[in-house]
Amino acid sequence: MGASNIITINGNKYDFENDETVLEVARRNNIDIPTLCHLKGTIPTGACRICVVEVDGARSLLASCTTPAANNMVVQTESPLVVESRKEILKFMLSSGNHNCAISNSFGENWTDFQLKVQEEDGAEELCPVWGDCELQNLAYRYQVTGDDHTATECKYPLEDVNPFIVRDFSRCILCGRCVQACNEVQVNNAIDFGYRGSDAKIIAAGDRALKDSDCVFCGECVQVCPVGALVEKDVRYNVRPWETEKVKTTCSYCGVGCQIYLHIKEDKVVKVTGADVAPNYGSLCVKGRFGYNFIDSPERLTMPLIRKDGELKEASWDEALGYVADKLGNIVKSDGPDSFGLLTSARMTNEENYIAQKFARAVVKTNNVDHCARL
Amino acid sequence: MTNTIGDIKDSDCIFIIGSNTSENHPVISTYIKRAVNNGTKLLVADPRKIKMAELSDLWIRQESGTDAALINGLMNVIIKEGLEDTKFIADRTSGYEEVKKTVEKYTPEYVEGITGIPADKIIKAAKMYGSAKAASIVYCMGITQHTSGTDNVKSLANLAMLCGNMGIAGGGVNPLRGQNNVQGACDMGGLPNVFPAYQPVVNEAAVKKVESIWNTTGLSNKVGMTATEMIPAAHDGTLKALYVIGENPLLSDPDINHAKKSLENLELLVVQDIFLTETAKTADVVFPSKCFAEKDGTFANTERRVQRVRKAVSAPGEAKTDWEITCELAQKMGYDMKYNNCEEIFNEITQVTPSYGGLSYQRIDEVGIHWPCPTAEHPGTPILHTEQFPIGKGNFFPIEHRDPAEMPDDEYPLRLTTGRLLYHYHTGTMTRKSEGLNERASEGFVEVSFEDAKKYELEDGTPVKVSSRRGEIELKVQVSEKAVNGTVFIPFHFTEAAANLLTNAELDPVSKIPEFKICAVKIKKAAA
Repeated sequence: MGASNIITINGNKYDFENDETVLEVARRNNIDIPTLCHLKGTIPTGACRICVVEVDGARSLLASCTTPAANNMVVQTESPLVVESRKEILKFMLSSGNHNCAISNSFGENWTDFQLKVQEEDGAEELCPVWGDCELQNLAYRYQVTGDDHTATECKYPLEDVNPFIVRDFSRCILCGRCVQACNEVQVNNAIDFGYRGSDAKIIAAGDRALKDSDCVFCGECVQVCPVGALVEKDVRYNVRPWETEKVKTTCSYCGVGCQIYLHIKEDKVVKVTGADVAPNYGSLCVKGRFGYNFIDSPERLTMPLIRKDGELKEASWDEALGYVADKLGNIVKSDGPDSFGLLTSARMTNEENYIAQKFARAVVKTNNVDHCARL
Repeated sequence: MTNTIGDIKDSDCIFIIGSNTSENHPVISTYIKRAVNNGTKLLVADPRKIKMAELSDLWIRQESGTDAALINGLMNVIIKEGLEDTKFIADRTSGYEEVKKTVEKYTPEYVEGITGIPADKIIKAAKMYGSAKAASIVYCMGITQHTSGTDNVKSLANLAMLCGNMGIAGGGVNPLRGQNNVQGACDMGGLPNVFPAYQPVVNEAAVKKVESIWNTTGLSNKVGMTATEMIPAAHDGTLKALYVIGENPLLSDPDINHAKKSLENLELLVVQDIFLTETAKTADVVFPSKCFAEKDGTFANTERRVQRVRKAVSAPGEAKTDWEITCELAQKMGYDMKYNNCEEIFNEITQVTPSYGGLSYQRIDEVGIHWPCPTAEHPGTPILHTEQFPIGKGNFFPIEHRDPAEMPDDEYPLRLTTGRLLYHYHTGTMTRKSEGLNERASEGFVEVSFEDAKKYELEDGTPVKVSSRRGEIELKVQVSEKAVNGTVFIPFHFTEAAANLLTNAELDPVSKIPEFKICAVKIKKAAA
């Protein structure tokens, strides 16, 4: 960092690194510039124009996500001009499609008709499935705008829910392109892209097919980055609201990558999984990690100890089952020696449990016949 | 992994061999794909045309079971072209001259005869790996699950050392661990020959140290049996009791028919699991345990990063945490093994396990730390062997190609290889409980090339019988561009068409790993 790298934002001076954008300098210094299309780790597109700022000497407002910080640059992030511009963009976004989040006065007298129409299209009797969890809604509140100033335009494309995991609701898509970047630049699955032009624009999977018939591998990265209600997990949509859940950070239990995940808990049940933005996965997951959680509360889970009696496994108390094994194992070890016992521990268990398992074999039974499925 | 997952972005060349990365380690594959987008060269060696092969700069297709020959061939070319790192070889290694002599005969033409890879592609591949400034080797069970598995791994270490790719950012020999805590299970001494942190059970000092921490005496200093040795020992009656925790050998083991007979022979089979697995169904006693979302603890991932596991929901019924069950059993047997919580156990682990010595729940609360981390001040070790190897100089091992235990012949003319699918996990105990995942991949299949399909008059969906000398299964054909003539692939997740009824239980003589990746089979249409 050179001594000459000084930028002024909202009247305060800040240092910056040579390759930093105005947005990055602002975020690093806790100055809130709103964004919709911006996605960390990808090449900024400047598509949504929400992050515009006023720069002294520039002829127009500049998108802060694509503007490099420059020495002696003077930036305003919430000037009247900036606020006016953001309001206009938000109004256009709110007036197209089914943004039925009941922001103040939205759709005036037509509110009821609009709401009923959306409910019919959604097959649900509630407000937008991401109400309270939507970056567009947050900005509409923040800048106190509605879609009423513009003629409402209807979405041309029907909802797609013909796969087990993801609902694509084009009526709530603002074409920010985050999902496209997540798919192409982060996960590099190259399954979706912008299709058609102008007012026909749509995010499409190969040749405008359903996701299930495309290269999509259902990693769900697009769902996690969608700022609005255009991409929602099928099981979550209208079933889980963020204020009903608690999040617990833990480690995924499938492969050895050890992705850090949040389990979203509602009524003592895991109802959703998202990736945590830390090493090693920085938010990314695969289809198993994100959608393969149903086994946890499967009715087929074992709930009681079982003992084989007359050829059949029958439920027993812990005391009985543990006592049975302790007696029988004790006798076998006594008559045939410790090496007549073997223990298979598990690559699925925690370190603590593996440690205890090998300690049992070695310290209690006195054998080294302990192994696990590393080879299988 | 000698290096970290994040380190992949610093590679100039990534060599994937025997890893179907995009299906088995999807998130690691994203690191590789992003690196490729940024100009990193990708070299893939695999008997199937997997997704990573499609994305590669060069795909070389070796016959399953010929990896050591291929790697010797690459080294032959690298030495001939003068691409070896003479300084690294001189400063950091020993035994180079012998390896140089061994690989002399592995000319591209000779290796073509064994592997089926055209000589010019072997030369191209060798130059790609050999000329990269930092090159990373990424491998998985395609390398290890062979009777020559240990040799294959040593060969990869030879290759990495030859080019000075050890101990540097973007380099390394990087096995991808297939199960969430294989690394941790090994670290914790879940192996017959070592205590935690790989301290040999035959080492008297190690025995004394562990005895003193555990406050006990009489620990065995004799190497125990591996899982793949326990099954035959049960069969011949020397093993009488088996306690299986969170494993499903009756679907994951090779030659299931034999494994089943062996387990039936036991006087006591105890299974501890979250579901009534194929193995649990045959048990004398079954203990219900908690799953990962219901308990606290730690896992160690494939890059040796120790990370927290946290309880999020209650367990069903009377299910208990695995360590609680084992401790209660120990107490019933008169051994005082009692802990109030798993953090107490972790703190004992750090005493027994020098590489975990500096870790605590507090230190890994936000982000995990890579072992070795010997002291509370130590930052952890993202890249291994930067200064020297644990034994000082790295040993080159001369390796000769050996044929797999079972080769195709007139009766069983096809090579069978097995593996996982993106949508399922191991024996399917967890993933097959998910409707969505089942919708994407509902049943087993045998993947056949277009030409083989034509040859055997099969179409997509044709029901067939696939048989080996050990068993026979019925399933449908999937004609696929991934398959190459003469080799078929069957995923092993599906109990109703269990690939491991066919596989060969022959073991690698050192690691005792079964040869899942190649056996001989035949295929014929199932009777209508």
